[in-house]
Amino acid sequence: MTLLLRRTASQRVQKAPSIDSFYPFWFYIPAGVVYGLMFLVPTFASFYFSLTHWTLFDQRFIGLDNFREFFAEPFLLRGLINTFIFGFTTSAGKVALGMMLAVLLTSNIYLRSLLRSVIFFPVLVSTIGIGITFTVLMEPHQGVINTALQYMGIQGPRWLTSPSLAIYSVALVEIWRGVGLATLILIAGLVSIPTDYYEAARLDGANAWQQFWRITVPLSRPAVATVITLSLIDGLRTFDLVWAMTRGGPGFSSDVLASVIYKQYQAGFYGLSTAGNVTLFLVIAVVALPIVAYLNREES
Amino acid sequence: MKTTKSYRPLVSILALMMAGSAMANDVRLDLLTDNSPNSLAAANALVNAYMEENPGVRIEVEVRPGGSEGDNIVRSRLATGSMSDLFFYNSGSLLQALNPSRTLVDLSNEPFMDNVLPSFQSVVEANGGIYGVPAEAGMGGGILYNRDIYAELGLEVPTTWDQFMDNNTVIAEAGYAPVIGTFRDTWTSQLFVLADYFNVMQEDPDFHAEFTAGNRTFAESTPALRSFERMQSVHEAGYFNTNYDSAGYEDGLRMLVEGEGAHYPMLTFAISAIVETFGDQVDNVGFFAQPGDSPDANGLTVWMPGSLYINQDSSHIDEAKDFLAFVASTRGCEVIIDEIGASGPFLIEGCGLPDDVPQPVADMLVYFEDPERNAPALEFLSPVKGPSLEQITVEIGSGIRDARSGAELYDRDVRRQARQLGLDGWN
Repeated sequence: MTLLLRRTASQRVQKAPSIDSFYPFWFYIPAGVVYGLMFLVPTFASFYFSLTHWTLFDQRFIGLDNFREFFAEPFLLRGLINTFIFGFTTSAGKVALGMMLAVLLTSNIYLRSLLRSVIFFPVLVSTIGIGITFTVLMEPHQGVINTALQYMGIQGPRWLTSPSLAIYSVALVEIWRGVGLATLILIAGLVSIPTDYYEAARLDGANAWQQFWRITVPLSRPAVATVITLSLIDGLRTFDLVWAMTRGGPGFSSDVLASVIYKQYQAGFYGLSTAGNVTLFLVIAVVALPIVAYLNREES
Repeated sequence: MKTTKSYRPLVSILALMMAGSAMANDVRLDLLTDNSPNSLAAANALVNAYMEENPGVRIEVEVRPGGSEGDNIVRSRLATGSMSDLFFYNSGSLLQALNPSRTLVDLSNEPFMDNVLPSFQSVVEANGGIYGVPAEAGMGGGILYNRDIYAELGLEVPTTWDQFMDNNTVIAEAGYAPVIGTFRDTWTSQLFVLADYFNVMQEDPDFHAEFTAGNRTFAESTPALRSFERMQSVHEAGYFNTNYDSAGYEDGLRMLVEGEGAHYPMLTFAISAIVETFGDQVDNVGFFAQPGDSPDANGLTVWMPGSLYINQDSSHIDEAKDFLAFVASTRGCEVIIDEIGASGPFLIEGCGLPDDVPQPVADMLVYFEDPERNAPALEFLSPVKGPSLEQITVEIGSGIRDARSGAELYDRDVRRQARQLGLDGWN
């Protein structure tokens, strides 16, 4: 896919003058207007507002003061660390669990297509709904999870109200929520691997483990790369699940960058929170671009 | 057959025109309120009573969420010119963020403002204008307690913090939760700090002025720091219920009424919620002001009610003013008492309360009788209020952070808010 796109891109560079003649100018206008109004204007407006003291009623240009204030935010570091913890654990979890499920669901099992749909269901449910449901399930004293653990003689932890555990509990729920999509992409990757390889490997006496590591994993690399990229970006800019489950709490212990920014917005610090969003955008770009580049490198 | 058919569009156009002209006689106003049961019930009752007396006016009640989500809706609707004609919103520090002189209608020259008590006018004032009329009764912040537990254990209402902690010891030994914490709804965790302001003022009467000017901080002021230390001492003594971390506001009310817990630090608006859910059981509940150091200086921290404002861009300002005149009359408070009961003193001239108020309301009114025994909360004396207080008090109440570091963190939070408001002296 990427290969195909690149080829057309290089063709375009060579034939730049003639491409315009494919369509008349007016043909581009609708898309251009939508793109300009919906994407270009807000993006540049947010760059501008991040440099202002903005109360919605009026704004005053203050240079980089918002960024200075944003980086002095007491819980920025905590939020940044949590953002990375959340992004990387959910991404790793989705790939690992998704791969196991994908292998299971591409094998010759009973009710395969039903099971494939079931694993995808959480993706279709509203994140806020999932958050509220799991907040109830993870309630430390009467919640279903800890009550069940109690029957097994285990004293369940304070999933969402322990400052050291809260962010991991939310990450766990995010893995459950997003693993369906990861599995789906990985299944598509697995079924595109020609069965000849497996037949040949079996003839050579490879066991299941060797087949998995030597054939399945390397040949599903594009799918894995897609899953890592999508889930990492999703994880780094995550907000809704954290907000629905802990609101960054207890205290500030499960704050992520996006919830720090949202709380500034709630407090009416509009310029400051815009500066935070510009920062978040840059952080995601800086983290995600090299990873995407690395993962796609061997493809081309 | 054919003719009937061809007449049909004409008939419906005529019908539409008639409906349109009927509607044109009615002036239509919109009123935006928050979704708390109290505000919504009060708004609907006021609107219905007013429309009955003024058949030419139709007022539609529109609902928004409360809390900071609601703050943003109000600010953005005002800023984008899409605000309803009338809206209900906080008085005090939150009003200042609405830029009242540019967005709201100044009511200072309206005759009906003479009915509004001066103590309320001062919390809806900005740059010399006065912008709102009180749409609810006044409230107190303090401690709701279970009277059955007090009777059973032979306890007396404490007038000092030490007595309060002694009572807690007795309550804990009897197997009840001495203090109810409901930190899932983080806002409920702030009361020990906010309701302590009467006590702060006893030792430092100018705290609010110096605080607003940026000369006093919580961490460096002994009485203000003590408010945070009180929260810490309750945590350290282990007086909170075991599920303080995951319980919410409604759980707290239930635990209080049913006697699982003895004390619930709360605003008295909770009394209406208790009446609504538990009916007569409200009389098991009593109220006292948060005690301080001396029994001689024992008084209540008072919260001013929210207010009704008129949007400057409204095309029916005169009709909206007429509605506010109704709200600011004795008729207005009668309607509110009929609908949600008497929950506190009204800030409208001549508005009395019935004799049979619920027990906790009666307990609170005692403090209002003597002007020496009540003082406004800090948020009605200063526009500065840090947005992170509720997270900080959750941390102190859960033992994640101690009082001093909490107060220092809150001072940073306050400094940031003051700078964002552009106040003098905060750089």
